[in-house]
Amino acid sequence: MNNPSLIMIIVSGALINNVVLNQFLGICSFLGVSKQMKASISLGVAVIFVMTIASAVASLLYDYVLVPLGMDFMKTIIFILVIAALVQIVEMFLKKKSPAVYKALGIYLPLITTNCAVLGVALNNVKDSYNFIESVTNGFGTALGYTIAIVLLAGIRSRINEKDLPRPLRGAPVVMIAAALMSIAFMGFSGLPL
Amino acid sequence: MKQYIERLWNGLVKENPVLVLMLGMCPALAVTTQAANGIGMGLSTLAVLVLSNLIISYLRKVIPDQVRLPAYIVIVASLVTVTEMLIKAYLPSLYEALGIYIPLIVVNCIILGRAEAYANKHTPMLSVMDGIGMGLGFTVALTLAGAIRELLGAGTVFGLRLLPESFSMTIFIQPPGAFLVFALIIAVMNAIGIRTRQRQLVESGCDGNCALCNTACDSRTTEKAEPAAEQKGGDKA
Repeated sequence: MNNPSLIMIIVSGALINNVVLNQFLGICSFLGVSKQMKASISLGVAVIFVMTIASAVASLLYDYVLVPLGMDFMKTIIFILVIAALVQIVEMFLKKKSPAVYKALGIYLPLITTNCAVLGVALNNVKDSYNFIESVTNGFGTALGYTIAIVLLAGIRSRINEKDLPRPLRGAPVVMIAAALMSIAFMGFSGLPL
Repeated sequence: MKQYIERLWNGLVKENPVLVLMLGMCPALAVTTQAANGIGMGLSTLAVLVLSNLIISYLRKVIPDQVRLPAYIVIVASLVTVTEMLIKAYLPSLYEALGIYIPLIVVNCIILGRAEAYANKHTPMLSVMDGIGMGLGFTVALTLAGAIRELLGAGTVFGLRLLPESFSMTIFIQPPGAFLVFALIIAVMNAIGIRTRQRQLVESGCDGNCALCNTACDSRTTEKAEPAAEQKGGDKA
């Protein structure tokens, strides 16, 4: 923690440029899974896990394989394959080594492959030319922001469900209005003096 | 001929990917700050979708069933890479505006979803029409949302000034406006009776969550079913 810029990357990834509320990545699962609090927490933990590892692997691959070979235009294809493979490996590893965790994360691991936030972070790391450590930190911070957002929304939704809403607003619309209000609240973080 | 037109109508209205199926929400929310960006994103996705449907439909008997998803992803990712290079070369301003969301077309749920749900079961011509229909539906939804956000947020549509500058509410071109505008569009569609699949999807617990959803949902239902079956067995015993 001797490097203050790493803390800045975490805060900026988690709060200021929140991956869901500000960059609109991973909206599918954000709207879909946030129905239940418990599932949201599981998904959040799974995303933190996968996104941190994926950032590390993608960063190493990009710096030491793709750039030296002059194939950086292949990054989209390579990254998505790496992420898909990684999710499979993590799933197999957890199933073998810690069935309890595997059971808790359950179906959320395969869903992460198509979570655009993971690919988004890998591409953003490259775009902002982060080095290895910074990429891992950014991956962790972004995933933390995702978890914060989805758990907060799950809490709000459990309250919304008890309310008597006008019929057209039920379902998706009211959830998105809640997300809009959360997004306004998160805009306040952009005033943080960093 | 009739079934080709039916495909177009299906994609544009009946199963509009964004407004009815709620697929591809990420780019829809992110790039609709201007109507022009909405069209750009919509047409790029349309191009990828039509080509991927065509290729996957031709290869549907060649690709082994077990590895079909990785195969689809590679096909789509290659097409997206080509599209990205073309946009970068010929439309640099659009490339700047869409940024990271162009490579992210790879993980757009619509594309893998259509490959899985339609192209791998139907003839190439029908799949192409399905791609055009779905792509146009996506483009129309994005352009509509982009126009509303641009009008309310900046007072212009396609850069044409319709409202005086003092009327513009910047919040609509900022992130919260995206959620708000889409929430209201969907609420209006609910109100005039175009039923969204959202509710039943939410109940199935997976919200059309991208292509892998099918597998995930299957595993989930079997996981759920197993303890239930055990319980039943236990009761009987």
